[in-house]
Amino acid sequence: MDYLAPTTVEEAVGALVEQPDARVFAGATDLIPQIRAGRPEPGLLIDLKRIDRCTGVAETDTGWTVGAATPTSRLTEDPEFSGALPGLSEAAGLIGSDQIQNRSSLGGNLCNASPAADSVPGMLINDVRAVIAGASGERTVPVGDVTTGPGRTSLADDEFIVEFEIDRPPANTGDAYLRMIPRTEMDIAVVGAGVRLTLDDDGNCTDVRIALGAVAPTALRVPDAEAALTGKPVDAETLAAVAAAASAACNPIDDKRGTIAYRQQVAGVLAKRAVTIAAQRAAGQPVNGAH
Amino acid sequence: MTITDEPQAGNETPGYKWVGTRPIRPDGLDKVTGKARFGADLVLPNMIEGAFLRSPHAHARIVSIDTSAAETMPGVQAVITGADFPSPDDMAPGDAFQAMKIMARDKVLFEGHPVAAVAATSRAEAMAAAKAIVVEYEVLPHVGTVGEAMADDAPLLHDTLITSGIDPAPDTPSNIAARNLLERGDLDAGFAAADVIVERTFTNKPVHQGYIEPHAAVADASQNGRANLWCSSQGHFDMRSMTAKVLSCPPSMINVTPAEIGGGFGGKTTIYLEPVAILLSRKANRPVRMVMDRDEVFKATGPTSGAEVRVKMGVTNDGTITAADVWMALEAGAFPGSPMGPATMTALACYDIANFRVEGFDVVCNKPKVAAYRAPGAPISAWGVESVVDELASEIGMDPIELRLKNPAVEGVQAPYGPAFPRIGFVETLEAIRDSDHYRSPVAPGHGRGVACGFWFNIGGNSVATVNVHEDGNVSVITGSPDIGGSRSSMALFVAEELGIDVDRINPQIVDTDTIGHTDVTGGSRVTLSAGKVVVEASRKVKADLCRRAAKAWDCDIDEVEWVQGQAQHISGTESPLSLAAIAKNAGRTGGPISFTHAENVRGAGAGFTTQVVDVEVDEELGHTTIVRYTTAQDAGKAIHPSYVEGQMQGGVVQGIGWALNEEYIHRADGTLDNPSFLDYRIPVASDLPMIETIVVEVPNPAHPYGVRGVGEAGIVPPMAAIGNAIERSTGCRMADLPMSPVRMLEAINERNAAAD
Amino acid sequence: MKTHVHCTINGNETDFLADSGGTLLNALRDDVGLTGVKEGCGTGDCGACSILVEERVTCACLIFAPEAQGTTIVTIEGLAEADHLHPLQETFLEGAALQCGVCTPGFLMAAKALLDKNPDPTETEIRYALAGNLCRCTGYDKIIRAVQDAAERMRTNTNGAA
Repeated sequence: MDYLAPTTVEEAVGALVEQPDARVFAGATDLIPQIRAGRPEPGLLIDLKRIDRCTGVAETDTGWTVGAATPTSRLTEDPEFSGALPGLSEAAGLIGSDQIQNRSSLGGNLCNASPAADSVPGMLINDVRAVIAGASGERTVPVGDVTTGPGRTSLADDEFIVEFEIDRPPANTGDAYLRMIPRTEMDIAVVGAGVRLTLDDDGNCTDVRIALGAVAPTALRVPDAEAALTGKPVDAETLAAVAAAASAACNPIDDKRGTIAYRQQVAGVLAKRAVTIAAQRAAGQPVNGAH
Repeated sequence: MTITDEPQAGNETPGYKWVGTRPIRPDGLDKVTGKARFGADLVLPNMIEGAFLRSPHAHARIVSIDTSAAETMPGVQAVITGADFPSPDDMAPGDAFQAMKIMARDKVLFEGHPVAAVAATSRAEAMAAAKAIVVEYEVLPHVGTVGEAMADDAPLLHDTLITSGIDPAPDTPSNIAARNLLERGDLDAGFAAADVIVERTFTNKPVHQGYIEPHAAVADASQNGRANLWCSSQGHFDMRSMTAKVLSCPPSMINVTPAEIGGGFGGKTTIYLEPVAILLSRKANRPVRMVMDRDEVFKATGPTSGAEVRVKMGVTNDGTITAADVWMALEAGAFPGSPMGPATMTALACYDIANFRVEGFDVVCNKPKVAAYRAPGAPISAWGVESVVDELASEIGMDPIELRLKNPAVEGVQAPYGPAFPRIGFVETLEAIRDSDHYRSPVAPGHGRGVACGFWFNIGGNSVATVNVHEDGNVSVITGSPDIGGSRSSMALFVAEELGIDVDRINPQIVDTDTIGHTDVTGGSRVTLSAGKVVVEASRKVKADLCRRAAKAWDCDIDEVEWVQGQAQHISGTESPLSLAAIAKNAGRTGGPISFTHAENVRGAGAGFTTQVVDVEVDEELGHTTIVRYTTAQDAGKAIHPSYVEGQMQGGVVQGIGWALNEEYIHRADGTLDNPSFLDYRIPVASDLPMIETIVVEVPNPAHPYGVRGVGEAGIVPPMAAIGNAIERSTGCRMADLPMSPVRMLEAINERNAAAD
Repeated sequence: MKTHVHCTINGNETDFLADSGGTLLNALRDDVGLTGVKEGCGTGDCGACSILVEERVTCACLIFAPEAQGTTIVTIEGLAEADHLHPLQETFLEGAALQCGVCTPGFLMAAKALLDKNPDPTETEIRYALAGNLCRCTGYDKIIRAVQDAAERMRTNTNGAA
């Protein structure tokens, strides 16, 4: 393997075009274990972290631009970002230990294309957009269009994600992300659930977004669960409806981390709990639970 | 809190100056500064690196191995296969199995079984060359569990394996290597006398010792047949003798130097790399280092047995346990030798039961050969027995500690495995928990509280110590016992106490097999007891010699000299005392160097008991169990360095918590391991746990000069049942299969809810 | 391919020639000779190889060696000052927070990273900050207490100096 640390997007694209077995990386927290486990070695490693656009958190008029290779610890430590998007910040902050947090990135977490990636439901519920560079220039797509299945993305061989565009949420909006893991840290989500909602003046939910991870080939939005809450208050009845819809939307597998039945049942529980937290945040109430 | 019994006859000095204090460990500084050299840290001049080719199959016949491509690859210095080793056919059966474990011959018997090894100038080159070795396999049907392996039509791992322990011996081979039976009294009458009988079947999966340091060894073989070996192990003499057997050479031709060891817990009491490294070194004529990857550690070392345990026990309404019938089968992995023996012997050791039967089977299957793991076997049988004892208590409406206090093993009770117990501290641990702040506090709403107990024999065994007094009056104490948990501190404390000098003046060292006499493995919780005993005896020889020299200087009878606070004094007070330093300075003129050795096969290991209590909270929607509070009381006999006694207790408990809640080998249908990483083999992390409260109970071991009992192992025995009992009291779900992971827990809760509907 | 890497390790300007696709862990251990950085898993799951890169704690096993170019790195060998130990090293020794000691370098580096940014962490914060470091010997109890003690000592020293 050879190593290249380009300082511009163009240089990185050029290297991808020139060497078909090249691979971009940010924190390498998935790549190195995968190579160790026997995945074919790339001929060229392209380190994105010396490209300015790929690293950093910049506040814009409408929200934030986050470099795709920015360590997730930079997001969780950013009080403005974490204050406005606590659910997304929490989701990003759950990717591994402090050691991993200083390397892991939204771009890496998305493009590794694990169905269990913690930050992806958080990005889905916040309509995050990915700015993709390639030989034919740049394009911007919703995050939901990037992953197509376990380990697979819609990116062409000469493309990589440069940065993410994240909008500032409207007033009276809250988001939350919860995951189930057997331990309290250092695990892959058995189920993840992200919720964002806005409360209207009557306390009813509007603009509800509910996403699940680790229950299907890719993270997915759950329209039925969203519909069950839209225009209604958060109460026992709507929470039960959300849980039922979330469980029904699952298309999981049995594997070493969980069973189909477990994932279906727990998806409903986490969706319900995440709704409660998101609603508390939207109402400006204190939230219990997160460590 | 410390509970100290009346001093025993063998425990002559109640007021210690050094024993029982908490000095900084002698090897500590090197370990907090990165200087300590562990197995993989050694670099020799001209050293090359080794790597294995391992079996991808759980069970297969090796049709052919072609190493020709590998041998010509860049950097390759040596390639070996089973054909390069002495034939197991010429070895005793146990040795032959060990030899076949080290390197496969005609069959591979587990995923990860070594098939070939390569040494090259870099690790990457060695790994690339290993990959280039072409092996043709004929895949065979495999057996994964005791149930599969014991089935009548099960595929056989070894076509010559005849079950031992059955009379008459079977005339056909099977996967059952051995059977053990312990019986006493009249089982039928015992159950007939019971008011309540509980019968359940329990299982557990293989779990790994999970030491953080992967196995590592460096070998440097010479043309004259001698070899030097450096490795991290729990006993370098055992490594030497096992290695010598695999290589069919005299053990004395190998000198083994112990590296610092990064955790063992029993798993580093056997060989994996050592003979291979020596053979590669011999062939390459260069030093060879071999270091395992973590996935090799999971696939090819350890673990302890998966098992099935059936327990039936009866109790009267007033709390007398009248009968116990226990059946168990333990996976040995690919070669005989599960801890079935100790599992059967410990199963009922906490209790005085008139009528019992314990039957166990040692069963081979297509998994890595199990290795010792902290109180080998005892947690497996205790998981069943301690769960059933708890259920008996519930059934008769008795406090679980009270029930145990009605049937305890005490001095004079004949242990289920044979001898009568000498003075032991089981009751004291029960009382310590009963009277603890934890047990006396109310159980919080929504929480459950569970209690369980554990026993471990502890062992003595062969130890040697040399105490050398230097010219400045400082002292080295030399043993052959690898320090896996702070034992060097204890050795220094013994010498300090005996010689009456500051512990900082004592330098404990652990030396190679050519430098000290044969010393048994660091295992069985034996080092503080056994190495401690020989250190004390060697120190006493030094002390006597010092007094002799003082008597000579004063021209008086030796009886007129006493050793007090680090110096010789004349009982009359007429002579100026002679300090250790003063005597040492003149040693050359008073009889030569001051150096004494004591060697002994130490007997009289006092049995160890522990009682533990845990509070849990179960998230009934997720099946996730949180350990809210944990207290352990254990009889240490005498805590020489209390911090490291507490550390052993806490470490054992937390390994048990991992075993209880999340740790398990998960195999695919083809018999390969699905979770060979610390990501998916989930040992507890710091955020999973509360502080582990410790109560060191001290009921001195009458057979030891300081009353020591081993403390390393008993702690891991109760946690699975304690947690299961707490879960039952919280949720009403009696768990029978380990681990009690969220998936299994939620299934049990769903079943409970369905049954209630 | 080999890559020439120039960086600052434990205060010293350091040059080494590393495998381009090799890890910083292997480079530190084999090429620079810093064997205090331990390998427990090679996949970022145990934290035994924790080091500070630009003052942030990371696993050396998850960094390609050439990435170290131009960076400032601290390993366990650089934690103590020439004439005195870091308070964490003192409290780990005094509190018997190690048994076998192979995880200790990683714990010390992770704990230093924690205390550098949070001088007064709660027990829960310590436990989560150290969740990326596995210890199989101690059950973590004495490690957590040693970090608490070091934090208190460092706060006292800082206040005393101010």
